[in-house]
Amino acid sequence: MTAIDRPALPTRVAGAPRQPSVQRPWMLRPALLFLILVTQVPFLLTLYYSTSSWNLLRPERTRFVGLDNYAAPFRNPDFLAILGNTLVLSVAVVVLTLVFGMLFAMLLNRTFPGRNVVRTLLITPFLIMPVVTAVIWKDVLLNPSFGLIPQALNVLGLHGADPLAHNSMAALIAIVCWEWTPFMMLILLAGLQSVPREPLEAAQMDGAGTAGTFRYVILPFLMRYIEIAVLLEVLFVLSIFGEIFVVTSGGPGISTTTLAYDIFQEAFQRWNIGRASALGVFAVVLANIVVISFLRVVRHESREREAR
Amino acid sequence: MSISRRRIFNGLLSAFTWLLGLAMFFPILWMALTSFKTEQMAFSWPPLIVFRPTLANWINALLTSPYLKHFQNTLVVTASATLLAIALGVPAAYKLAFHPTRRSDFTLLWVMSTRMMPAVGVIIPLYIIYRDLGLFDTYAALTILYAGMNLPLVIWMMRSFFLDLPFEIVESARMDGVNLAQELRHIILPLTWPGLAASILLCMIFAWNEFFFAFNLTIVQAAPLSVYVSQFKTSEGLYWASMSAAATATVLPVVIAGWFTQRQLVTGLTMGALRE
Repeated sequence: MTAIDRPALPTRVAGAPRQPSVQRPWMLRPALLFLILVTQVPFLLTLYYSTSSWNLLRPERTRFVGLDNYAAPFRNPDFLAILGNTLVLSVAVVVLTLVFGMLFAMLLNRTFPGRNVVRTLLITPFLIMPVVTAVIWKDVLLNPSFGLIPQALNVLGLHGADPLAHNSMAALIAIVCWEWTPFMMLILLAGLQSVPREPLEAAQMDGAGTAGTFRYVILPFLMRYIEIAVLLEVLFVLSIFGEIFVVTSGGPGISTTTLAYDIFQEAFQRWNIGRASALGVFAVVLANIVVISFLRVVRHESREREAR
Repeated sequence: MSISRRRIFNGLLSAFTWLLGLAMFFPILWMALTSFKTEQMAFSWPPLIVFRPTLANWINALLTSPYLKHFQNTLVVTASATLLAIALGVPAAYKLAFHPTRRSDFTLLWVMSTRMMPAVGVIIPLYIIYRDLGLFDTYAALTILYAGMNLPLVIWMMRSFFLDLPFEIVESARMDGVNLAQELRHIILPLTWPGLAASILLCMIFAWNEFFFAFNLTIVQAAPLSVYVSQFKTSEGLYWASMSAAATATVLPVVIAGWFTQRQLVTGLTMGALRE
């Protein structure tokens, strides 16, 4: 089922055509131009806006301020807390989804009755529109007076539980994990199913136990799957918006405000275009650190495939 | 472990897996069930599992509310953005798969990196530009962005499906003097349509579920379902039954599309970096 040994990049495709005479640049250029227009040009404008003091409520007072918008966040004591929230959310979600995703993937990597049905049930949370996930969790599951979870806790003797008010970050993490565990599970399952058979059998012949086989045979093989899944998930979690907007609106206080949500508030609630743009640039730099590692893994991966 | 103990252990493990699957699915199941209750039944404690279903919420939520308008918006934007992404992406993928140059590696990685541009890095200029061009709260506003968002996915996925083609067939057709249009129509597309279908479905899933751009670049006229559903964050959200009906109807098309594309999900989500 896996085709991992097929190159990802077209450097040495067996039997693939090399027709230097036929270039057909018109097939590629429109797509590249379109991508430049919708991603690169707006980002350059973001860079440009970030150097001005520009509030849409007082456009007449717009002026050039150089790099001041980049220094401003660091004068704000809340900003460090916001970065902290972003870090806590990303790390917690990645670690928890990795643990649960691995567990689910290993459980699914067996043959048992109804396996495909269970697999389908397990991936469905990932398909649900994030905003729907958010309203269902907020209103039906976590509502302090009528929600199923507080009511169930009440029956168990834990009265007045209100995760949204008292443990808002934990509630948010739980919701995001519910959405993203299927993602990890899918990728790790694909990895598990492509572990080559020979080393597995060899390890069993040598008397390695389940733990030993996992640690020394399966895990090293899974590493690249884990890397790719983690990096992609970090990118997505960094830009989570709908869940925060619906469930907590960044609160109580700023307890669930992340960088992405802060940028939204700065831009579309305080209309502070200059400041928000500087924060946007900051978010892009942060994401690019992840993207560069990701592209490195992808390239390394394709080189390895070629070598084989 | 003896054979029988091993079998018991395996049975328990399977039962545990089933239990986990049902637990993860529970919120969705509960939403679907609630959509067939009356508002009063929806709130009853202990929760009602067996009840007399009613279609009233579905009729109320879907036909007598702004739901249909937003459903139409989502449908139009999703379809046109997908069409645009396919129209731009398939030729690009073809070129990268069959006529690669020395720059193709770089181009592919660059294409992938554009998909990873955080929305907050581009949203402010887009808002200003759309406002000044009169594109704010229009179908075009979201169509352009969703097409851009899905284009890298189409390029990477379709390229990987093109590379899977048995190339001898394409080559012998070319020897026979088949032109590009004939080649696409009679050879490439018939052989890669499952891949094309998967790419289309994935594009639709991403466009359908998007919220950040939709929320900041539309108000009413072009607001898709995601924006409509987000309004249930207020006290409206205590009409559980009608909210559940609207929410269930909103996710149903994507859930079904996702179930059909299960096999291609890994390829799509990692943009072809990993394949199942």
